[in-house]
Amino acid sequence: MTRKLSPLERTLINRLQDDLPLVPHPFQELAQELGLSEEEVAGHIRTLRDDGLLTRFGPFFDAEALGGAFCLCAMAVPPERFEDVLTKVNAYPEVAHNYERDHKLNMWFVLATESQAAISATAAAIERDTGLPVLLFPKEREFFIGFRVNA
Amino acid sequence: MTLTPQDRTIVEATQAGLPLVTRPFAVVAESLGLSEAELIDRLKQLKAQGVIRRIGAAPNHYRLGMTANGMTVWDVDDAVVDSLGEKVGALPFVTHCYRRPRALPDWPYNLFAMVHGETREEVIAKRAEISSLLGKACRAGDILFSTRILKKTGMRLRGKEG
Repeated sequence: MTRKLSPLERTLINRLQDDLPLVPHPFQELAQELGLSEEEVAGHIRTLRDDGLLTRFGPFFDAEALGGAFCLCAMAVPPERFEDVLTKVNAYPEVAHNYERDHKLNMWFVLATESQAAISATAAAIERDTGLPVLLFPKEREFFIGFRVNA
Repeated sequence: MTLTPQDRTIVEATQAGLPLVTRPFAVVAESLGLSEAELIDRLKQLKAQGVIRRIGAAPNHYRLGMTANGMTVWDVDDAVVDSLGEKVGALPFVTHCYRRPRALPDWPYNLFAMVHGETREEVIAKRAEISSLLGKACRAGDILFSTRILKKTGMRLRGKEG
């Protein structure tokens, strides 16, 4: 369950969405800023992670730079066919995430494949399987900063 | 881009996270038979190549009480979509912001900004802030709330090169 965050925890959640330095003591700067020891900073972050408020601590990789292709896709699924289409779509291992959304385009999923060609091939296969068009929304540009909790 | 076998080993050893100790790189380096300095040097190289974006942590929105999530979408003049996209992406409550192709005639929107909040009302209020930031360059917009997570599998690099 959610719990109330202390001001220190809010600061840590926000600061950990910035970039920590690649140095032997990555928490040193943060510890000095907060007037804590490095052990205390690491301990607070560990608690936040163990409580499930942070998902993980470590390097964030660019999935495309690691090799592979990704594409957001959407389908307008007739409500009476939704569960049947969902079973067919989710059966593809290339479907990484899938969300139902309140729109005529009511099924939004991400295809993750080894190559760009496999994106089109998988989308075409889903169209054949379901008899429904798959709209492709590849990322053309990313504008990224991050998310902040109210400090 | 292809990773060297050593880089691949480093990615595999760190993608689940680093230990939360004062010298996390020293711990991982030891498990890989590298020195702390060697590992840090390789990580710096991977960052310079864009393989690593940053070192940090990601918040769990649901556990933080941000259970409403709305995909706001906008039809923005192509001439200014990139400069406005930067501004939208910089808003503190926008977690992801992308320019994507339109799918006419059904889908006129080319800018996608994901907004999280504790309630739908909060997300709708934040959407209004984006709308005023975009101003007249924006011809239309919509918001798609997620009503159900249908599938969610984490991205993981496979153990062996495919």
